[in-house]
Amino acid sequence: METVLATSLDEALDALTADPGATVLAGGTDLMVSVAYGDLRPSSVVSVRRIPDLHRLDDSFVGAAVTWAELERGPWPAFAEAARTAGSPQIRAVGTLGGNLGTASPAGDGLPFLAAIDAEVVLVSRAGTRSLPWHEFITGPKSTALGAGEIILGASIPPISGKQAFAKVGARSAMAISIASACLLRDDAGSTRIALGSVGPKPMRARRAEEMISAEHSPSSAAIDEFARLVTEEVTPIDDHRSTAAYRRHAAGVISRRLLERCLP
Amino acid sequence: MTTRVDAPIDIAGGIGQSIRRPDGIPKLRGEFDYSSDLHANHMLWGATLRSPHPRALIAGIDISAALAIPGVAAVLTAEDVPGNPFFGQERQDQPVLAIDQVRFWGEAVAIVAAEDRETAQRAAAAISVEYEPLEPLVDAEEAWAAGEVYRQAEVITGDQGLRGDVVVEGTYETAAQDQAMLGTESGLAIPDGTGGVDLHVSTQWLHVDHRQVAACLGLDSDVVRMHLAGVGGAFGAREDLSLQVHLCMLALRTGRPVKMVYDRAESFAGHVHRHPAKMWFRHEADFEGNLVRVEARLVLDGGAYAETSGPVVANAAYFAVGPYRCPSVKVTGAAVRTNNPPNGAMRGFGAVQVCFGYEAQMDRLATALGMDSVEVRLRNALASGDRLATTTQTITGSLPTAEVIRSVAAMPLPDDLDTEDPRHLPGGTGLTTPASAIKRGVGFAVGFKNIAFAETFDDFAEVRVALADAGIEIRTAAAEVGQGMVTVLGQIARSTTGIARVEVIPASTTEIGSAGSTSASRQTQMTGGAVHEACKEVLSEALRRGGGDRLTDEGVWLGGDLVTPMGDLLADGAIEHHTRYRHPPTEAPDEHGHGNLHAGYAVSAHRAVVDVDVELGLVRVVQIDTAQDVGKALNPQSVLGQIEGGTLQGVGLAIMEELLLDDGIVRNATFTDYLIPTILDAPDVEAILIEDPEEWGPFGAKGMGELPTISSTPAVVAAIRAASGRDLTRAPVLPQDIAGIN
Repeated sequence: METVLATSLDEALDALTADPGATVLAGGTDLMVSVAYGDLRPSSVVSVRRIPDLHRLDDSFVGAAVTWAELERGPWPAFAEAARTAGSPQIRAVGTLGGNLGTASPAGDGLPFLAAIDAEVVLVSRAGTRSLPWHEFITGPKSTALGAGEIILGASIPPISGKQAFAKVGARSAMAISIASACLLRDDAGSTRIALGSVGPKPMRARRAEEMISAEHSPSSAAIDEFARLVTEEVTPIDDHRSTAAYRRHAAGVISRRLLERCLP
Repeated sequence: MTTRVDAPIDIAGGIGQSIRRPDGIPKLRGEFDYSSDLHANHMLWGATLRSPHPRALIAGIDISAALAIPGVAAVLTAEDVPGNPFFGQERQDQPVLAIDQVRFWGEAVAIVAAEDRETAQRAAAAISVEYEPLEPLVDAEEAWAAGEVYRQAEVITGDQGLRGDVVVEGTYETAAQDQAMLGTESGLAIPDGTGGVDLHVSTQWLHVDHRQVAACLGLDSDVVRMHLAGVGGAFGAREDLSLQVHLCMLALRTGRPVKMVYDRAESFAGHVHRHPAKMWFRHEADFEGNLVRVEARLVLDGGAYAETSGPVVANAAYFAVGPYRCPSVKVTGAAVRTNNPPNGAMRGFGAVQVCFGYEAQMDRLATALGMDSVEVRLRNALASGDRLATTTQTITGSLPTAEVIRSVAAMPLPDDLDTEDPRHLPGGTGLTTPASAIKRGVGFAVGFKNIAFAETFDDFAEVRVALADAGIEIRTAAAEVGQGMVTVLGQIARSTTGIARVEVIPASTTEIGSAGSTSASRQTQMTGGAVHEACKEVLSEALRRGGGDRLTDEGVWLGGDLVTPMGDLLADGAIEHHTRYRHPPTEAPDEHGHGNLHAGYAVSAHRAVVDVDVELGLVRVVQIDTAQDVGKALNPQSVLGQIEGGTLQGVGLAIMEELLLDDGIVRNATFTDYLIPTILDAPDVEAILIEDPEEWGPFGAKGMGELPTISSTPAVVAAIRAASGRDLTRAPVLPQDIAGIN
């Protein structure tokens, strides 16, 4: 199969236009597994890791080719905590946020932070640039709104204040696919957002729990318990070979409560 | 008792020293040649088509589409097997390629050779097989009820009417565990152009493979030559054939070298796993804590083919009481035939499963008696001179059960929770667990197993040792699988002869007879014993020829004088000795399971300290302290490596390792979903080596590769029980078990 090593967006978009069956390659930590196990046989591959635009990383934007290793040292504490849980050091050195978005696994380690912070996913094609809220970009388990000829440019991150924290339950101390994960943001006024992964078909926000706890400026332990209970009601986990729906629901509540406690003064 | 052992010659690189192994640095640098690195000019790549069904009839196979793919050199099915269509170490029941039906998910149906690996894989996928799926038999109890039994092992000992004052009963389960050796199955077959073939392959036992391969190829054994390639771990996974016959068939058919390397998913289908077991135990003791009676019923799922199920279930039955005295025993065990993937040899070989059960029972007994769990074990500890509670064999070699127990119990416990580094808390990098959510638990377990082959097996190891100009040359077919055997053979040779320069010639079937398998913790004692004996003969002949009392690389010395330089000593040629070393003979069991079935035993103890987040069910194994009965540590560093690695393999079974089956289909045949411990999951291991010399083998050394795996699992689970207060009768313990969420 042909591989185009694009060094500019133009070059990459040309290659994607020329071959509608082309697959975009950044770190390859998802893609090469699919190829190795025969699940994917792209007619051609467009490597985007040499495109400077995709490496932008500042207070408001994460380029699609930014790696987990870079995010571990990035400006958002909860995002850094999430990045630290992705794979091994070798995986984190090459795996990218763009890949996490493109794969759109319910277990994607970077997605709860993006969901909590209401990130927008920026897509670019020959037709121009468009931005989609995270929940419009991710349309289901491993499916996205990415169109033909489109490349993920990155995620734009709104400003945030207050505290933030991430937690992930896996079957071992590192290098584990998430069984349940969550990211919680809480500002000084008490406004709280909680997003969860691996407990539904795609990353989700527990809106009722958010609403309830945001009204509590100094939540009592009963209020914290109620927050956790609401989270367990809102999640929609399944049984699979990695865990059970019942345990995922339970774990979602426990880590949500603990994240809230980490973010209280 | 006292065992006399030969005194080693004091020499650099001799026994008792942690000398550096020759393969260590090349492996660290990525320069070591594993069997997957083999290459020959003009070689083809092989691929295998495997059954997607756990049980189905094959109505037809159409290979035409595969043959039509450019670059495909051969597509072979069962009809193309030239010799015996079946293989098997114990019982020849497994087809080389499926004949008319498939009996497990992943069974080999057809093989392909093509110009490159991808073409071979595409061609395999292009083969059209018409399957008629049948209902698979996947439940071990149902299989037993239906009489689908590979072997039923019965042990009845003592007065069956004996009853204790205290009775505890429990049912336990252990999951199927994968050996997870890092090197997958791989090899290269090279046809010689005259009908013969050279096979370079990773294996644990060249000669038993060789016998089966030649038979399946329908060739005389002297035109099939097997050579050991670089082995990336084994742990039992390489005891049964995988791609050996397939490679030779493809090479002989195409007339070209053929290479195969399984990917990880195929490897899960390509080798046996540890038998999952369901076990019931009833233990009875008197008020003082003396065991009075043990009853056990064991069901091991053998899967679709016999492999080593027979000896595995026999071991499970013989070691079902553990290293304890008991006057009344009844054990019934069965290894059954199902349509699950075949199970067979894995480190610990039947002793692992029962240890998980009997050690949980010993803890229950201690609780019921209100006694300390260490005290209950000490009170019943088996020692040299005692009879084994099951087989009634008198233990004539060393067996320091009480010593290993006391040693571990006396080791200091680790410091309290270290909260500085979240990676060292339950949940690790997931940051799930605050220090306030953690409970600490401590668990104790003792493991027990025989060394080497048993039950009349003619167990021998051949070596030829030569003193030549280059020093000592050792020819052996024993498989170095990464455990450090080449290193230790050199140490034995140095300490026996006084010669510093030693070379172990790469193993093959062409120069020397069988060394037996690298399994059953046997090679250091068996091939090591053979090297020791042969070296003694070489030394004796050298001293006789040279007229002295001491040998070095310079020659033969008498007192302080070099009386015969090496050149003169070898003027008439090398000094050689060929030997076939055997351990004391073993008997077959009588109808009660009694007899002198085993050649020797070893014992170990583990104490695990765990931190548990009970609410989330997450575990961090903090430290494992262990004492191991090693006879004599010939290379202490290698011994510690075996202890740390074996202990961690047991930790894996305790808290995460499980081959998941859904109606006979493996659900987690990747390292993404079959999880083994990472370095962050690895506890600190503190080990005490108990050196009580064994009655046979080199310098009192005892095989020790399996013991560290046996008692580590029950110790970890006991510690989790202590922290969580839950019963936890199944390994691995999952988060939902600890959290109580079902």
